[in-house]
Amino acid sequence: MSELAKNARVVRALGMRSIRQTFRRPQLMAPILVFPTLLLAIQTGGAGSAVDLPGFPPVQGFLQFMLAGAMMQSLMLAGNSGGIALAVDIEMGFTDRLFSAPIPRFTIVLGRLAGTAALGLLASLWFLAIGLIFGAEIHSGVLAALIAVFLVTSTAMAVGAIGAAIALRTGSASVVQGLFPLVLVVLFLSSAFFPNDLMIQPAKTIAEYNPLSFVVEGIRGPIISPVDATEELEAVAAIAGIVALGLLLSARALRHRLRVG
Amino acid sequence: MESAATLPEWRANLATIAALMARAKNELLRVPGAAIPGVLAPTIFFLGINGVFGALTQLRGFSTGTYESFVVPISMLQGAGFTGAAAGVNLARDIEQGWVDRLLVSPAPRWVLLAGTVLAASARALIPATFVLAIALLLGAGWPGIDGLLVTYVMVAAMAAVAACWASALALRFKSQSAAPLMQAGMMALIFTTTAYAPLALLQPWMRSVAELNPVTRVVDAARQGFIGAVSWSETWPGILALTAMLALLGAWALREMRRTAA
Repeated sequence: MSELAKNARVVRALGMRSIRQTFRRPQLMAPILVFPTLLLAIQTGGAGSAVDLPGFPPVQGFLQFMLAGAMMQSLMLAGNSGGIALAVDIEMGFTDRLFSAPIPRFTIVLGRLAGTAALGLLASLWFLAIGLIFGAEIHSGVLAALIAVFLVTSTAMAVGAIGAAIALRTGSASVVQGLFPLVLVVLFLSSAFFPNDLMIQPAKTIAEYNPLSFVVEGIRGPIISPVDATEELEAVAAIAGIVALGLLLSARALRHRLRVG
Repeated sequence: MESAATLPEWRANLATIAALMARAKNELLRVPGAAIPGVLAPTIFFLGINGVFGALTQLRGFSTGTYESFVVPISMLQGAGFTGAAAGVNLARDIEQGWVDRLLVSPAPRWVLLAGTVLAASARALIPATFVLAIALLLGAGWPGIDGLLVTYVMVAAMAAVAACWASALALRFKSQSAAPLMQAGMMALIFTTTAYAPLALLQPWMRSVAELNPVTRVVDAARQGFIGAVSWSETWPGILALTAMLALLGAWALREMRRTAA
């Protein structure tokens, strides 16, 4: 078996473990699907009349607009949950056993990220299904769905890399768990839940430069209007930036973890 | 000094409740980080919702010009919900670690053990409420007046008690911290399926129906009145009634679970 195939098997096995772990522990699953779904319902029902505001983009309904925000929330929390699970593995000594196994170290992180990406995939499908069930139109059809799945899955992996880096650096589940409010801050300071032009300062200016806003617009664009290539390229560029940052931080944190044990 | 054995029963019960509340207070003092999530989450929600949905006040039918004033009671009640849920999570932890077993073999009645947990949550809920209120006032929320403030704090403390009863019942039923998401999600759903984001007339039809049926809507209206207008008895008593009913119902459930829990 080639080296690449062997590594792929390790990543697959660790990824499957990470998915099973999430499904077995309600504490990890709830933030990924339950809370974003609940918030989607609450915000759609509570702030749905926002579509009547002057300057609100033309949409079929607030649910159609909010789907991208719910997916973003879900993937961010999937990344955070992945970091918590990795930190728990470190605390319990499981990662030490992996370090002593004859496998490349990077596969340990990639396995966790593969699991997080799979949860991102699940989140995108879940919210597309919720949208369709409750009457939201997907303007650009199958293409919009495919774009959403791709962007959500890859962003989940990118955000997961940052979560993994913090877990490897600190080795503490409670520290990673403590980032949960920060995830909400970053989300609120993006255009995940409302059009940027209608937000209030200083949130409006911050959201304008927040890379997550570009990703959200990339997911939302094809759902509410025809596909705009520039919007999608901006989303991909933002994800590439987060991936690069996440992998760089993870690589450094992994070296640190190997040094301190 | 009188020993516990020689105290009249009611005084022994009060002493036990006070001891359990002191234990909860000690946790706050000895683990400074323990209060942070309960304070941080409603504050972030307040700032986030205000920054994101603030433009909703431009809609016809909105009863106030400042969204801060409209939303701050929700964030204070949300803090109460989080604190109550945290009380349940702590109880589940105590069950897992065997501490509750030791309490159950003590001569203290079950209702006293529950009252200690619930009243401690009520007292703790005033911390996030005060923090969020201070931030809101700094950002321009209207001063609710002493009477408005008093009504809001009563609603917050009682809402925390409701949340603590709910979370304690779940903790006693599942005996595991894994039930934490259910405790938090239940409170989140209860508090936000009200007039949290907009007045009743501006909610989507399905949400309007839910909000009309949800007793917490009366609590929100009572807590909010001072921030957006004058305080009146007609807006206050439905909130008190709703809280009393929820406390009776959820308190009875929690007590039933407590009685079913064998030492």
